[in-house]
Amino acid sequence: MSLNAPVVAEAAPVRVAGSYRRMASLFFANRLAVTGLVILAVLLLFCFLGPLIHHTDQTHTNLTGATLAPGTQGHLLGTDDVGHDVLGRLMIGGQTSLEIGIAAGLLATLIGTIWGAVSGYAGGWVDAVMMRVVDAGIAIPALFLLLVTATILRPTVPVQILIIGCVSWLVPARLVRAEALSLRSRDYVQAMKAMGGSHHRAVLRHIIPNAIGTVVVNATFQVADAILLIAYVSFLGLGVPPPKTDWGGMLSKGISYTYDGYWWLIFPAGIAIVLVVCAFNAIGDGLRDSFEVRLEGR
Amino acid sequence: MTRFLAKRFGQAVVVIFFVTVIVFLLLHSVPGGPAHGILGPKASPQAIAEFNRVHGFDKSLLQQYWAYLDELFHGDLGQSYTLNQSVASLIGQRIPKTLVLTGMSTLLALVIAIPLGVWQARRRKGLTDYAVTTVVFVGYATPVFFLALVLVIVFTQKLPILPAQAPQTQSIAGLFADSRALILPVLAGTFATVAAFSRYMRSAVLDNLAEDYVRTARAKGASERRVVWLHIMRNSLTPIIAMLGYYLPVLFSGALVIESVFNYPGMGLLFWNAAQTSDYPILLGAVLVIALATVIGSLLADVLQAFVDPRVRGAIK
Repeated sequence: MSLNAPVVAEAAPVRVAGSYRRMASLFFANRLAVTGLVILAVLLLFCFLGPLIHHTDQTHTNLTGATLAPGTQGHLLGTDDVGHDVLGRLMIGGQTSLEIGIAAGLLATLIGTIWGAVSGYAGGWVDAVMMRVVDAGIAIPALFLLLVTATILRPTVPVQILIIGCVSWLVPARLVRAEALSLRSRDYVQAMKAMGGSHHRAVLRHIIPNAIGTVVVNATFQVADAILLIAYVSFLGLGVPPPKTDWGGMLSKGISYTYDGYWWLIFPAGIAIVLVVCAFNAIGDGLRDSFEVRLEGR
Repeated sequence: MTRFLAKRFGQAVVVIFFVTVIVFLLLHSVPGGPAHGILGPKASPQAIAEFNRVHGFDKSLLQQYWAYLDELFHGDLGQSYTLNQSVASLIGQRIPKTLVLTGMSTLLALVIAIPLGVWQARRRKGLTDYAVTTVVFVGYATPVFFLALVLVIVFTQKLPILPAQAPQTQSIAGLFADSRALILPVLAGTFATVAAFSRYMRSAVLDNLAEDYVRTARAKGASERRVVWLHIMRNSLTPIIAMLGYYLPVLFSGALVIESVFNYPGMGLLFWNAAQTSDYPILLGAVLVIALATVIGSLLADVLQAFVDPRVRGAIK
């Protein structure tokens, strides 16, 4: 165990009627978090409902209408190097980025929560071995691992979700393990075991629900990180195959035209990534505040 | 102390063992295996079988893993498929350049981030704190490649004062001979690290501000400047030291992206090129080297922290 493991709050969270409402009011009192939520909502609407209003052909190429400047022929953000409307491309690229990011972030949280809860609950040498596996995983940078796997498997959307989910569960595993370690010696867990409850029940009904604050807060950060990770992989040329694309992939194509001054091939996608990652991080910060106050308020 | 060192060292050895298992298993999930890589995609089944027999790839997984470990102990990381050179020598040539890049940008980042974090913590919840926090948030959310592109557009096109390509050279001295070309790659690496470390520093200082020793120092009449920059600063630095060890994978990932954007001849570029050509020995050799560096780095950071900080030393006795 490293020396800088997070210190776990000692007070047990007790659910009281209205506690969710209080958490919600605390969350909404955090202006940064609310801004994040609004940005995220706007981006989700833009990516998933936008194409219904703004019809564009994102499959066929049109070389006669390539690299048009923004504003020409009804292309609000211009067209890219093969004639796709950039605004429309931003929408479908965003769908890929968000789908992979959210699904992979949730998958990573799920794996990490179960791993950490089992490890912390079991304790002893099982815990020691499981945590050394986590240390080994942390030592291998996810980006490097992703590039290796992208050369082995064809990087379709489900494959990307699975791989990113499987390489980024290590941080939640550590956090949940630290909580489980303190939760397992609590009286109610001991009492349940004395009454003949199984380990299975202890982990699923007592350890994980009581660590839920940590899990939820971390999940938002996981999604933010997954969106960045997928952008990096696509930027390095090993993302989803065309005609599909994502924000990182759009930027990757744009880099070839840096010296032609085609700024609309670089900035919209780049800013979209920054916005969505900021939004998720701000939401996570807000959630952390509301969960922490709930713990301290008892 | 000896017990702590022995235990921590033992843990590092176990972690390294798991790392080698992961890398070995990855090497084995490569389609076609090494025979395909070296003999080419059109090799006949007989040639592949012969190759596998000669190199021991027909043995059991356990025996192969043992042979792999044996090679590792002798510093043999295998042979590149495409560059006709041993992976160990390729990485050996490239790694010093990557260290120059990451070392300079991390140093610069710490020089900025540490005072920034202290400064922010003292103005907590003030307007400047919020402003800097917003910038840090955006900095953290900006992919390194996007930042690098923005730097290239600003400093090579709008204001053509810097070259867009990193120094193209084989030697370390050559890197510094063309030092102007180093500026953009180093800056790109600095930004994200400043964002992360100023955040750590800010919360470390905030924690320390509430400590008893701060009150004591103030009660004894120490000036606020002395309290903050001498007492609190020193005590806040230990978590930063510990973080640096764990931050190595992030630094290497950043180097991978920066080197591919600026065509910087380091290990990241080697890795990226190997990913394009599916040169698995290079890919997995590099992964192994980075993972080892991280394990050793975090071990050193923990040990250093134990030596520097009497509170940590007390906790492990």
